[in-house]
Amino acid sequence: MAAGALRRPVARRLNFVDAFLWGFRLAVIVVVVWGTVGTLRLGRYTGEQWVDFVVFGLAQGGIYALIALGYTMVYGILRMINFAHGEVFMSGAYTAYFVAAPLAASGFLDRHPILSLLLLVAVAAAVSMGVAVLVERVAYRPLRRAPRLVPLITAIGASFFLQYAFRGLYGSGFKAYPEFQLFKGEWQILGIGVLRTQAVVLASAAVLMFALYQFVMRTKVGKAMRAVAEDKDAAALMGIDVDRIIVLTFAIGGAAAGAAGILYALVFKQVHFFMGFVPGIKAFTSAVLGGIGNIPGAMLGGLFLGVVESVGPALFLDGLGIVAPYQLKDVIAFTMLVMVLIFRPQGILGERLAAKRA
Amino acid sequence: MWRVGLVFGAVAWFVSLAGLVEALHGRWVVDGVLSAGQVLLLAVLLASGWTAARRSSASLVGRLWAGLLAGATVGFCVGLLAWLRSLVDLRTMFVNASPALFQLLSGGRPARVAWAAAVAVGAGVGLAGAAGACAPARAVRPLLVGAAAALSLALFQELVLLVLQPEPLAPVRDWLFVAGGGPTAQGIAAVFAFSAALAALRQASRGRAGRVALPPRAQRVLWSVVGVLLLAALPIAGGPFVAQVLVIVGLYTLMGLGLNLEVGLAGLLDLGFVAFFAIGAYTVGLLTSVGEHGIAHWSFWAAVPVAVLVSLIAGVILGIPVLGIRGDYLAIATLGFGEIVRLLVLSDALRPWFGGSQGVLAIPKPVLAGFEFSGPQHLYYLTVVASAVVAYVAWRLQDSRLGRAWMAIREDEDVAEALGINLVSVKLLAYGLGAAFAGVGGAIFAVMVGSVFPHSFQLLISIQVLALIIVGGMGSIPGVIVGSAVLIGLPELLREFGEFRFLVYGAVLVAMMLLRPEGLLPAAAQRRELRAVEEEPVELARTPVGAATEGGA
Repeated sequence: MAAGALRRPVARRLNFVDAFLWGFRLAVIVVVVWGTVGTLRLGRYTGEQWVDFVVFGLAQGGIYALIALGYTMVYGILRMINFAHGEVFMSGAYTAYFVAAPLAASGFLDRHPILSLLLLVAVAAAVSMGVAVLVERVAYRPLRRAPRLVPLITAIGASFFLQYAFRGLYGSGFKAYPEFQLFKGEWQILGIGVLRTQAVVLASAAVLMFALYQFVMRTKVGKAMRAVAEDKDAAALMGIDVDRIIVLTFAIGGAAAGAAGILYALVFKQVHFFMGFVPGIKAFTSAVLGGIGNIPGAMLGGLFLGVVESVGPALFLDGLGIVAPYQLKDVIAFTMLVMVLIFRPQGILGERLAAKRA
Repeated sequence: MWRVGLVFGAVAWFVSLAGLVEALHGRWVVDGVLSAGQVLLLAVLLASGWTAARRSSASLVGRLWAGLLAGATVGFCVGLLAWLRSLVDLRTMFVNASPALFQLLSGGRPARVAWAAAVAVGAGVGLAGAAGACAPARAVRPLLVGAAAALSLALFQELVLLVLQPEPLAPVRDWLFVAGGGPTAQGIAAVFAFSAALAALRQASRGRAGRVALPPRAQRVLWSVVGVLLLAALPIAGGPFVAQVLVIVGLYTLMGLGLNLEVGLAGLLDLGFVAFFAIGAYTVGLLTSVGEHGIAHWSFWAAVPVAVLVSLIAGVILGIPVLGIRGDYLAIATLGFGEIVRLLVLSDALRPWFGGSQGVLAIPKPVLAGFEFSGPQHLYYLTVVASAVVAYVAWRLQDSRLGRAWMAIREDEDVAEALGINLVSVKLLAYGLGAAFAGVGGAIFAVMVGSVFPHSFQLLISIQVLALIIVGGMGSIPGVIVGSAVLIGLPELLREFGEFRFLVYGAVLVAMMLLRPEGLLPAAAQRRELRAVEEEPVELARTPVGAATEGGA
């Protein structure tokens, strides 16, 4: 029962709701258009700066997309939001810090930067995978047949438990991630100066997403995952071990989130026990934007959200004469989240899927 | 059975490394002998033995053996941790792996001796846990009650000491507590024995006819009188600190009653609920403040109705867009709204109106007929009256036509609509009234703190309110009060616990959903229904799930 299917009869009966929603839409459109026109007329930013915004947005969006894969795959199979997925992302990056710091101190990090990066990604992915599987085992599996509100509440509980568990284990301060010497400075790509970290992040995210997509589409296990997403009972009748596939989904989603955690640490250069919350929500937004349950959609959604969020404050808000528009970056992301949930819960690419699941 | 032991061993590692053991180690259960941290580790051991014995289907001896083995495994794990620490400095990674912790784990003995001791103690305690699992419940329950009472005496010793402050009570005090320290051995033993005996007596008398009882109506009146007297006397007996804690409990009760309308009755999971609390607080702040952001310099009493109205309208306005959204999506959408409100208020763009991150300052205390509600002891009465009024409204709403309409949409929106319930107005009323209740809480919060700033209105508050409703029992008004007393009041009183309260909230949310989804004091309908939901698929689900657990544990 999709949300969209229900809204229609409700709205038909009472038109003021419709009018209100149209007003809301119009207001957002007016703000965006007005702001854009204003900003462009002011001409405060050069073309290069816009390119920088877009590249930064893409890098950040790549991270969101990697995290979003976990949301979307789990939703595809269990029809539930793994609220703790942001914490899965945090756990890997935070734990890998304790590998990165000694590596940096011994100089290994700069002597073998690629190897170190791979090692860190492996550690983070392993830890996140473990946490994701543990959460599934403890908080979700026993409740598979419970009413829908119940697993959502355990998910919220698991999310908070993980945050404060890692706070207790690793402390409440920010940890400064070591920087790679190799990734300092810029590369000229197609005549555009791109920060090296961002290029690396974008490239790694692209490779990981491609690999994941191939895994889901080409391998036998991937086929089993898609089968379970389609119809659990039928899949079980075909001899697929549904429980095992669910665990595997959590594991793969967790590993992607762990890798995303390292990329996040490369860009933002610090980790913290609360770092998973906002990226988690944004990745969820990406997943919904792309049509939840849809893997390429999550990737596109992530990139789109990253770019809008990075370009948005300058493009939409500066032109309105708003003070310190960058503080409102998250407001743009959350507004997109709310708008998507209200107006297009099936997402941009989600038409087909949503119709099927309705 | 060593698998159970390993799971509980991991738990023991976790509570040690996360700092829980050491934090609780600062509190004596028996002065100089046993600390709360040690009790926590012993509880893990007991639980391992108990679980292992419950899981085993062998004979009595086999089950005891399983418990012993599990306990020994946990002990082995604890010893392993202490031994690891002698090899590498765990503290570079785990901030709480302090020398004091290992002093506690190993008892200051060399690693190998300590290891052997841990295994031996673990085996012993695991055996005791297994014995508890094998013994009839009638025998175990009084012991558990006694242990809980003894532990409460230790954990809330400040409170008990406060009550025993007056000089005539000095002998009792000195008998129960070491001066400047924890409870004495005889004190703990006496409390344990007394409560265990009481529980045993109660158990024995239960089901036996001929108990003298007042008619139910008289009983109710008696309890209400006792309750009112207790409520009135608490802050006087407990002093400002206790009053402050009770005010906070009251504020959460107000919010809980509001969210209870949305989640408990109407089934609309709202994670942005703190926004309405914030709106109530900011309205009162802006209307009454004598500082730079004050716009009207009204009195508190004039501002409160406006705050409630503004919250109600805000609830309806934020409710309209999410009318068509259900379940998980609704939770996330409301979370988004809550965060948007907080971020906007926090931003520099709106600073001229809301004061940005510093907020609205200089909110005067309410004055009624020349009497100023200055301290927490005065605000307490204000909170109690407000909570009582709101609880009364909530109670009347629950069984009204509207309340039943809410429950109908909770059960099934489509069926409810087919039965002629107007989903739009019913849902909007749930959002609006829930928000209005939170607005009352926000108004009192504003005058309690004397200033409002965005930092006070984080998502955590929404989660706490949700947690207290769930712990208390969704849809139950007494449940809300019990939930806020347990989840908000207890951690405030247990100060060293403060850092871990959210950890415990998270664990409690998960554990409640797994073990007792209807809450501590469930509403009758909810209990019936959740039980039914649980029991229905049992025939189908129990066997494979159980089999999976056996294999996977």
